[in-house]
Amino acid sequence: MRKLSVGLIAARVAALCQEANFDLPPDVLTALAEAKEQEESPAGQRILEELCANAGIAASERVPLCQDTGMVLAFVEVGQDLHITGGSLGDAINSGVAQGYRDGCLRQSVVVDPLHRMNTGDNTPAVIYYEIVPGDSFRITIMPKGFGSENCTALGMLKPADGLAGVRQFVVAAVKRAGANPCPPVVVGIGLGGTADKALLLAKRALLRPLGKPNPDPDLAALESELKTAINALGIGPEGFGGRVSALAVQIEAFPTHIAGLPVAVNISCHALRHKTWVWSGEQD
Amino acid sequence: MDECRHIEAPFSAEVARELQAGQRVLLSGVIFGARDQAHRRFAEALARGEELPVDLRGQIIYYVGPTPARPGHACGAAGPTTAGRMDAFTPQLLAYGVRGIIAKGNRSPEVIAAIRQHGAVYLAATGGAGALLSRCIKDAQVVAYPDLGPEAVWRFVVEKFPATVAIDSRGQNLYQFGPARYRSANSTT
Repeated sequence: MRKLSVGLIAARVAALCQEANFDLPPDVLTALAEAKEQEESPAGQRILEELCANAGIAASERVPLCQDTGMVLAFVEVGQDLHITGGSLGDAINSGVAQGYRDGCLRQSVVVDPLHRMNTGDNTPAVIYYEIVPGDSFRITIMPKGFGSENCTALGMLKPADGLAGVRQFVVAAVKRAGANPCPPVVVGIGLGGTADKALLLAKRALLRPLGKPNPDPDLAALESELKTAINALGIGPEGFGGRVSALAVQIEAFPTHIAGLPVAVNISCHALRHKTWVWSGEQD
Repeated sequence: MDECRHIEAPFSAEVARELQAGQRVLLSGVIFGARDQAHRRFAEALARGEELPVDLRGQIIYYVGPTPARPGHACGAAGPTTAGRMDAFTPQLLAYGVRGIIAKGNRSPEVIAAIRQHGAVYLAATGGAGALLSRCIKDAQVVAYPDLGPEAVWRFVVEKFPATVAIDSRGQNLYQFGPARYRSANSTT
């Protein structure tokens, strides 16, 4: 049985936290550059230029793209035949986050208790989702999530009769309500189906799909395209100053749901959509 | 509307009244950083009839919680945080004498009314341009509430810090008239 030590995992998590905060994913950079070509508003074009320049500065100086270096989400896929050794996997992930945020001069943005609000001092705990998958490899995606956008999350428990029209209306209204707060141009993650909590998780996971790749399901791909057009028709524009580009992408994940329900979750990312992944298949590194 | 006006920070009430929503500015001088927790403490101090730990009359407050500075850098990433969370505290601070605010995102009707009443101005810095804006900060010191970590009160010396006048002293609001120009006639909401 293959073994993977928590020490290696922690070290990689520390690196991923920093890379995610300094290096904007190439698909996001491409989307910003394309947005700059499409944007008609002079203010919007200027902002998109600043954001592209910002990405270059962050990468070369190893300074965070944004001062909100976020609360960390970790999506973990553990092969069911893999043996994790040397301690608790969860503790290792958190210790990697603490190290990465210290070494990278990232911000400590997590409080122990939502009501009393004492800073934890090390940006832990992360929010960790585990999946057991076939095989014996290990995969972890680190996603720092800023709260300007996270605070714009919406969940609607629609009636099945509300249908497609209801979904469209709910999503567009949520993005309109968010306005400038999530730092447009945004990436809109949508979760359809499941239970309420599953829909929200689907919406978050939808943000991880590379931008520019249409949904493999043709109906969902069509809905993504339609929603992007409808959102851009709102005219919110970069930073909410008005413009043609309010969303870089709309991405949907769907799951079976109950006969009495149509959950729709909207989770928005700002333009600094940050995530880095490590896949381990047995290297002794 | 394409020219950028260079202004000193802090600026006079007269300068505040000259600025127009949509105008671009480059700020050089001194601004103070404060956000959620610091604002709560300001409100509590004012309620007790106490002075604030820093005299903010006539000054500019920037809603920011920067990342720690790398060795050799004056300041870490330092873009604006969402202004709406500070709305509850703002009318009182404008009445107290704060002249300008830099942040991002729209403000409540109460804040806009207070901006008009006191001849203040609300500037927007580009959200998410944390690395770029950090280059415009030449010095950064914590001047109050160090226990708040990133939420402490900061004194920044800035040079050509870019911002857009979002809400001017007449209450004209770029977050209203900007999107209105680009909103499609058949927009569904």
